[in-house]
Amino acid sequence: MLKLLKYALYDILKSRFAMIYTVFMILVAVSIYQVSDDLSKVSLSLMNIMIMIVPLISAVFATTHFYNNLEFIELMLAQPVKRSHVFLSQLLAVILMLSLSILIGFGLPMLLWGADSSLVTLLGVGVILSAVFAGFAFLASVLTRDKAKAIGISLGLWIYFSLVYDGFVLYLIYSFADYPLEKVTLGLVMLNPVDLGRILMLMQLDISALMGYTGAFFQQFFNSSMGILVAGGTLFIWVLWPNLLAMRVFKKRDF
Amino acid sequence: MKPLALSILFFFCLIGSPETLAATVRITPGQSIQEAVDRASAGDTLTISEGTYKQFGIIIRKPLTIIGENYPVIDADFKGNILIVATTNLTIQGLKLINTGRSNMDDSAAIKFFDSKNCVIRDNILENTYFGLHFSNSSQLTIINNKINASALKEFEVGNGIHLWKCKNSYIGNNQVFGHRDGIYLEFVTNTQAKGNLVERNMRYGLHFMFSHDNSYIRNTFRKNGAGVAVMYTKNVVMRENRFEENWGSSAYGILLKDISDSEVVGNVFLKNTVGIYMEGSSRIEFKNNTFRENGWALKLMASCDQNTFQANNFTQNTFDISTNGSTVLNTLTENYWDKYEGYDLDKNYVGDIGYRPVNLYSVIVEKIPAAVILWRSFMVTLLDRMEKIIPTLTPDEMIDESPKMRPYDFG
Repeated sequence: MLKLLKYALYDILKSRFAMIYTVFMILVAVSIYQVSDDLSKVSLSLMNIMIMIVPLISAVFATTHFYNNLEFIELMLAQPVKRSHVFLSQLLAVILMLSLSILIGFGLPMLLWGADSSLVTLLGVGVILSAVFAGFAFLASVLTRDKAKAIGISLGLWIYFSLVYDGFVLYLIYSFADYPLEKVTLGLVMLNPVDLGRILMLMQLDISALMGYTGAFFQQFFNSSMGILVAGGTLFIWVLWPNLLAMRVFKKRDF
Repeated sequence: MKPLALSILFFFCLIGSPETLAATVRITPGQSIQEAVDRASAGDTLTISEGTYKQFGIIIRKPLTIIGENYPVIDADFKGNILIVATTNLTIQGLKLINTGRSNMDDSAAIKFFDSKNCVIRDNILENTYFGLHFSNSSQLTIINNKINASALKEFEVGNGIHLWKCKNSYIGNNQVFGHRDGIYLEFVTNTQAKGNLVERNMRYGLHFMFSHDNSYIRNTFRKNGAGVAVMYTKNVVMRENRFEENWGSSAYGILLKDISDSEVVGNVFLKNTVGIYMEGSSRIEFKNNTFRENGWALKLMASCDQNTFQANNFTQNTFDISTNGSTVLNTLTENYWDKYEGYDLDKNYVGDIGYRPVNLYSVIVEKIPAAVILWRSFMVTLLDRMEKIIPTLTPDEMIDESPKMRPYDFG
């Protein structure tokens, strides 16, 4: 398993993509640091990148990576190794590479020019979102035999979680404005990892606004140990289930 | 015979002019302050020695100077008022007054003034009082350097720190008020100045005034009060260089202005409040050189306000800059710095070439449906906001700063 992971990682780190992605992240972070005059503005801009771009790149990259390595995977499957090990090595390699790019790309400028707690949270959110969307991508890849279709599914999931879902929630809030919606929206937010990540950031950036009427409820929830536990647990579940489901399908799939 | 006659003459001179020869009377623990006050004649100085005096309801009706040495403690043991004053030219200095009664019926206070004039209350420490300093129908008061600290848990368990009712021509300076209901409460108080006070963690408002015209508030700090500062029904107010900080809550405001007119709010700092300024029914107020930073809403400007001017203020890092509740705009925004401004400055005069609309679509939505705040900063909402910025539909079209600054002002 470790050996497999080692080779998968070597392979992925040698690819041009890992380089380009990391350099891209560094460039983005550096330019934002240069342009903005204070830290909270930096974390705002970086957050937009993190919530939009990171899931997108994770989804697309993980899908293409799976198909590019399909021959290698098939070869490995012919060897006396566990299927789950083959799958996990590929998946972990992708997640590790994506996380490393974020940690280096955003982390280095932060080390250089300083960071506050919101920026550190941001790094965590980035890593988690990468893992979630890599999971979705692998799931899409093992479910179909066509690369284009798999990319299509990954992109669809990305659009759904970043855009469509929020539109749906907004519509719901608008339609049922007369009812107490705090708990319902809280529940709905749990069903979207991107929203969860965003709200963890919101807790740090817009604390004053959140201290208002309804915000105080959310604030109370997310700042209580119970709330942190629930939010953290939910994010963990979001990381686990697509990945585990993908592994299950992979194990039974006929190559 | 002669020496005797002389001494008799001298004696008569002495009792003939008691006013000119003010005596100093020392009070030590165990003695009654009330008796000493009754025995003293007008103009005398009472020095209270260090120690604890379990006394309350001390009535003072003549001009005296009462000075405490090393903060003697007068402990009312939770019974009634401590000092009750109705006189002129009284000075109270250096006392530590603790544990007044807890009554709403007589508004128990550490020092209560009625119909007084020319009084000085300085350097006192008040602890665990119901009302701290309570003045009614008085004038020319000087209230300086007092430390007033209550530790009630509920709003109804405590009165106001410095309470003035129907007073005029007074000065409230460098006091510290913690943990009361309202820090400084003024009603029908005119021509008064509050300067350099620190008002923190009070249950309700830091500063609360009504019908108090021609007053000024300078360099005070109002921090973490239950509902911030609320001022109403007043004209000619001057507020300069005050700080309004960290007033957090569903109905907490840096400052709430209701029916305030012909006033100026200059050089103040609003930091980390849920709402920086909330105003309704207010007219002709000039807001200049204020800093709004890290507030939830920098400004909630209700449509009932008119002819107010917001000029040369800094708006930075607020979640929402301005929200309003109607489409009519009767106020002027000009030459402010907005950190969310995205326009350009082709002629390099540090003024943006296109106007800035500070009312954000989503702030209108959140105003209607507070639960919607949870979607703030999502991609969806950002898109909606962008669209609204280009073609305003829901937000008031005329709420616009035509000359937004490109750089923040440096107010030092």
